[in-house]
Amino acid sequence: MSVAVATQPLPAPGLDEDSELLRFTTAGSVDDGKSTLIGRLLYDTKTAFIDQLEHVEDVSRRRGDQRVNLALLTDGLRAEREQGITIDVAYRYFATKRRKFIIGDTPGHVQYTRNMVTGASTADLAIVLVDARQGIVEQSRRHALIASLLRIPHLVFAVNKMDLVDWSEPTFRRIEAELAALATQLHTTDIQVIPISALTGANVVERSVEMPWYPGPTLLQHLESVPLAATNLSDARFPVQWVIRPQSDEHHDYRGYAGTVAGGVFRPGDEITVLPSGLTTRIARIEEGGRPIDAAFAPMSVTIHLADDIDVGRGDLICRANNQPIVGQDLEAMVCWMTDKPLSPRGRYALKHTTRWTRAIVTELHYRLDINSGERDTSAQELTLNGLGRIALRTTTPLIYDPYARNRTTGSFILVDEATNATVAAGMLLGDARPG
Amino acid sequence: MRTYRRTHLRTLEDEAVHILRELAAERERPCLLFSGGKDSIVLLRLAEKAFRPARFPFPLVHVDTGHNFAETLEYRDRRVAELGERLIVANVQASIDAGRVTEEQGPRASRNRLQTTTLLDCIEEHQFDAAIGGARRDEERARAKERIFSHRDEFGQWDPKNQRPELWSLYNGRVRKGEHLRVFPLSNWTELDVWEYLRLEEIPLPSIYFAHERDVFERDNMLYAANPFVTLLPNERIRKQVVRFRTIGDMTCTGAIKSDARTLDEVIAEVAAARITERGATRADDRFTEAAMEDRKREGYF
Ligand SMILES: Nc1nc2c(ncn2[C@@H]2O[C@H](COP(=O)(O)OP(=O)(O)O)[C@@H](O)[C@H]2O)c(=O)[nH]1
Repeated sequence: MSVAVATQPLPAPGLDEDSELLRFTTAGSVDDGKSTLIGRLLYDTKTAFIDQLEHVEDVSRRRGDQRVNLALLTDGLRAEREQGITIDVAYRYFATKRRKFIIGDTPGHVQYTRNMVTGASTADLAIVLVDARQGIVEQSRRHALIASLLRIPHLVFAVNKMDLVDWSEPTFRRIEAELAALATQLHTTDIQVIPISALTGANVVERSVEMPWYPGPTLLQHLESVPLAATNLSDARFPVQWVIRPQSDEHHDYRGYAGTVAGGVFRPGDEITVLPSGLTTRIARIEEGGRPIDAAFAPMSVTIHLADDIDVGRGDLICRANNQPIVGQDLEAMVCWMTDKPLSPRGRYALKHTTRWTRAIVTELHYRLDINSGERDTSAQELTLNGLGRIALRTTTPLIYDPYARNRTTGSFILVDEATNATVAAGMLLGDARPG
Repeated sequence: MRTYRRTHLRTLEDEAVHILRELAAERERPCLLFSGGKDSIVLLRLAEKAFRPARFPFPLVHVDTGHNFAETLEYRDRRVAELGERLIVANVQASIDAGRVTEEQGPRASRNRLQTTTLLDCIEEHQFDAAIGGARRDEERARAKERIFSHRDEFGQWDPKNQRPELWSLYNGRVRKGEHLRVFPLSNWTELDVWEYLRLEEIPLPSIYFAHERDVFERDNMLYAANPFVTLLPNERIRKQVVRFRTIGDMTCTGAIKSDARTLDEVIAEVAAARITERGATRADDRFTEAAMEDRKREGYF
């Protein structure tokens, strides 16, 4: 059986020494071609297992398909979807010489806002599929808005099935214009629109010969080149996760504050403040896996040593003395509701933010956000599963936070039902401003 | 201007170290499952990165089927001694003797499935509320959606349809009494990542991961080490073959692959090739087909 494959073999993924990690999420309506696209990426980058490929080729042959049906590579999910079983996020992996990729694959059903939010929370980039024959539909809008709400830095609209519109430039340009209008409603600043055919592989890994009018990058070129280097270098943030204090004579005076840098750059010698105590000292040294290093930035897991012996524990935050986050317990947030039991005002929950647990009471539901129309329903009395809304809440101890728009780590939280321990909501903190 | 970039292996390491510290902070009585296999060998290195120069805030647990490769046990004991950490060995034989499980019979008998009971009994006996494991999401389809902090009910069971959503790096480590967590710091690693990390960190491995001559027999298109715990079927013959193992577990069900890869670099080249090779191009080379076979077996194995 002949297979539509890349003719130029890719270099073997013995990755470059300095290859990077990109996490992305995929969204699209049912039948837009998401499974085929993921299958195509795995296939053309030669990440698919041989046995899986044999299986897919077998099944395709038996069904009399003209070509290998790459959607079958993600068959597991599909079967579940057809049986109506709840699926949420499935993770898949592939690599090229330049980068390793983690795909958070979320199903595109109407009711799955919760899953898309989950997949989006860790993503550096979102791919939203658009069917070239239909242009933007309600779901494309929703997917883009969720990507924007979750502040995914990079957004790609993959206009798929270009083969079915005769590779028509005018069709693509028309959709591109619609997308440009949509983009004005988004926070996302980096948006790329790429005409592709997941089925033939055009502009996925291989440049399309059918669309010479498109000068931009192929999807994979784009995935390999979007900038990943830490973006927020100004706000140094280090939530203390764990205190390393060996109980041994040899390391009698050793006291290291271990954690993951959430923003900015820390260096030995920096003057820092520990919150909430407000005590100030200097960084004596920073270690990574026992070795001293000269700079720590997100997302490094390191150990910081301070010049003075001050009281620091899990849940505290180390920042620069002259650049401090907000400390407060009356909070405003956007939340996505993730469980069957609705959120109602006065609800009480456990709340986890950075490395700190506290308790919270929802004091107000300002509005429910209709993700399709972008409209705010201020008369809403509750948020149900998959609902998005703006709430006010009060915590029993102050949070040390930044607005989510500034920092996705120090600006996010989860709510947990104290009776079942289920995670019931994803929250994104706003500044202190009251709702307009 | 300096750019602040992290390589993919270091980013995976950062994430895994974060997960280990988060677990240690949130649970009172965790343990780390150490099998002697390459994934759990990587876990030990990550635990060193997370907690040294202090001791690990958890003991190591080895579920011993009694059918281990000698090289695995040797490696285990040496590594535990070097680290100076506490090792708890939970014996499947003890579960059999106590009547908790029944030994399988016949030429295909394996203690693989019996391990679960031994592990759960060990968790209950020591009142562990979390067990760190080396499983990866790329191992099989069902795992692709398993959480990093994966909740187990009071019967030790996983309910894939009722998992807690996992957002950002905010792990929910809460459990009720009698329940526990399985925690998988290597969730986002692939087999190739594990091998490349072993090279990057210059971590020694048990010798059976590298090509060596061994008595083997073939069954279901797989090569198995000749060992005292299996009975050969009538058509099965023992022969000498140069092989290596891609995974290490119970001798009765761990397949070997034909391979000449005697160094880490050679193994990595093979692992990378096994992934990228297209059907057709390598059909003639049965080494690759057998590598795929190994993967298939792992699907049933776990
Ligand atoms: N002609 C054409 N068909 C496509 C393309 N991409 C996907 N399809 C087909 O569209 C249908 C749905 O694709 P699938 O990947 O299963 O969609 P999903 O529901 O988004 O995962 C399948 O029959 C695919 O073969 C494309 O680029 N061109």
